[in-house]
Amino acid sequence: MSPAPLLEVRGLRVEFPTRRGTLVAVDDLSFAIAPGEVLGVVGESGAGKSLTGMAIIGLLEPPGRIAAGEIRLEGERIDQLPPERMRRIRGRRIGAIFQDPLTSLNPLYTVGDQLVETILTHLEVDRDEARDRALKLLAEVGITAPAARIDHYPHQFSGGMRQRVVIALALCAEPSLIVADEPTTALDVSIQAQVIALLKRLAREHGTAVMLITHDMGVIAETADRVAVMYAGRLAELGPVREVIHQPRHPYTAGLMGSIPKIGALKRHDRLVQIDGAMPRLNAIPAGCAFNPRCPKRFERCFAERPEPLQVGNALASCWLYADARR
Amino acid sequence: MHAASRPLVHLTDVGRDFDVSKPWLNRLVEGAPRQLLRAVDGVSFDVKRGETLALVGESGCGKSTVARLIVGLYALSRGRIEFDGIDLAAPGTDAPALRRRMQMIFQDPYASLNPRWRVRDIVAEPIRVLGLAASPQAERDRVAELLRQVGLAPEDGEKYPHEFSGGQRQRISIARALSGNPEFLVCDEPTSALDVSVQAQILNLMTELQERLGLTYLFISHNLAVVSHIADRVGVMYLGRVVELAGAAELFAAPRHPYTRMLMDAIPDLQMTGKARTPVAGEVPNPLAPPAGCAFHPRCPHANARCRSERPLLTGSGAAAVACHAVEERRL
Repeated sequence: MSPAPLLEVRGLRVEFPTRRGTLVAVDDLSFAIAPGEVLGVVGESGAGKSLTGMAIIGLLEPPGRIAAGEIRLEGERIDQLPPERMRRIRGRRIGAIFQDPLTSLNPLYTVGDQLVETILTHLEVDRDEARDRALKLLAEVGITAPAARIDHYPHQFSGGMRQRVVIALALCAEPSLIVADEPTTALDVSIQAQVIALLKRLAREHGTAVMLITHDMGVIAETADRVAVMYAGRLAELGPVREVIHQPRHPYTAGLMGSIPKIGALKRHDRLVQIDGAMPRLNAIPAGCAFNPRCPKRFERCFAERPEPLQVGNALASCWLYADARR
Repeated sequence: MHAASRPLVHLTDVGRDFDVSKPWLNRLVEGAPRQLLRAVDGVSFDVKRGETLALVGESGCGKSTVARLIVGLYALSRGRIEFDGIDLAAPGTDAPALRRRMQMIFQDPYASLNPRWRVRDIVAEPIRVLGLAASPQAERDRVAELLRQVGLAPEDGEKYPHEFSGGQRQRISIARALSGNPEFLVCDEPTSALDVSVQAQILNLMTELQERLGLTYLFISHNLAVVSHIADRVGVMYLGRVVELAGAAELFAAPRHPYTRMLMDAIPDLQMTGKARTPVAGEVPNPLAPPAGCAFHPRCPHANARCRSERPLLTGSGAAAVACHAVEERRL
């Protein structure tokens, strides 16, 4: 039996009321993350992966709201907390890392000031202790000569170094969960590898659970233990990363894996596997399975009924192809 | 040289500087010198007819600047660009006439289409500017044909860009680029803003169009996997210089320059062979103060005294060329 989940999301539904009706951006999503585990969340733009992260850290932009479901952190329900209490949890127990390190840092304060302020907010230490801790954090995330760099402003750091500072900020109060939304997307490949290695090491050494949101299957393959594939706000597939990559169950995951160019896999002028069409807009999600207009394996039931996540091997796949396998 | 064997595009020692000095008054008060950023420095290569040459490198390596120099969006600081054997900058050259034979596709399909124009007008603009259609009817027919060619419906011409997804917009960009009947397409990160499943559609479309229309591509990308799929030959750039130029198959099977090897090692391993990615120490240096000698030496595990002082030149036999002292001295 796996350890008690650190984060548990059950039946999450995120809605955006608009004048032309309510858009459902995340629809009946359930998953859990264990301590020390890295859960990858992949999907294409508009799949709802970032909104899921935002819902968990309590930063959904109104009019977006959680319309149903529950989010539990270490057993405690956190989706209905008043903003002030949620603010205490954010930073203390949940750290957040966003895509663009420039917008996550205040350009008017030195990196050290921002770290010290965050530490003072969440931990009961004095200013000197906070500064010592800030120096240790900068060293831990791989910034060389932290004593010299701590009084620099964000613009004096390069992109990769800035993202390290953002990670240090997220780690200030030793949170038990880190929500990382596309943490490597704005970085060059050589820097990407460094940041990924850092995230992995943190999860391993501190037992921090990481929710890694990205569109990059390669990053997931390297970093995550399990992966959730999202499509049109719904869970398409969830399973151990090896299984999902080598033996994708859901036709969408299979198409997604095939459409990624791989070095040496195809000869020049061979065609990539292609999923025709595009993900439906939120106001036009088809009945039944949301993937049915693009699915090569669809049949009658896919148009009528929405598939529940079904157990296939060690994975869950929301696909009617596996309805018989269960019985 | 015979016209068919002559390269379509030929760059000789091309360079481009950008003046990034502080304003004149600041320089006067602070005594600060003029500062020039060498975005592209001594780049030479050929693009042969019908092939796809890809330029790869990290941000700031100058790959997009090379693309813009070729199509004439930037002026050259040094060197020569020949198109079909004619020097584009020579006095008396009808450069606009030559540049009609090339077109460009940009990275961001949201920024490169005028939101106030209907798609049919966007696609027809090159036809009108170049006077390629004899009558309004001929123009309409041509636009419909182009839209069909890129996988859209002729009726889509009546819509505006905001009604399309990112992938469809990139199809519109391609239709517009094709409407002037170009021989040469410069594609600057054409799929970087797209989701992978849409990227596959666009890459497949570009391959099909190349086969059908005999196009020549210069393909700029930071994504090595995409490049390995689409390119015949690959040039790897670092800090404004080409460090390795080789056939795609050779380059990906046996990269020679230490920087190319580093880039290859840094690609996420999707096959999950268990091979650990080697995180590379260090970052691209400040291009305002590039290191002396080989620009890569501060990050290179094979650097020696010569690498720190002497700039390596791109040398090699025909198919594969590399700019590295270690390779030249057979230390690597």
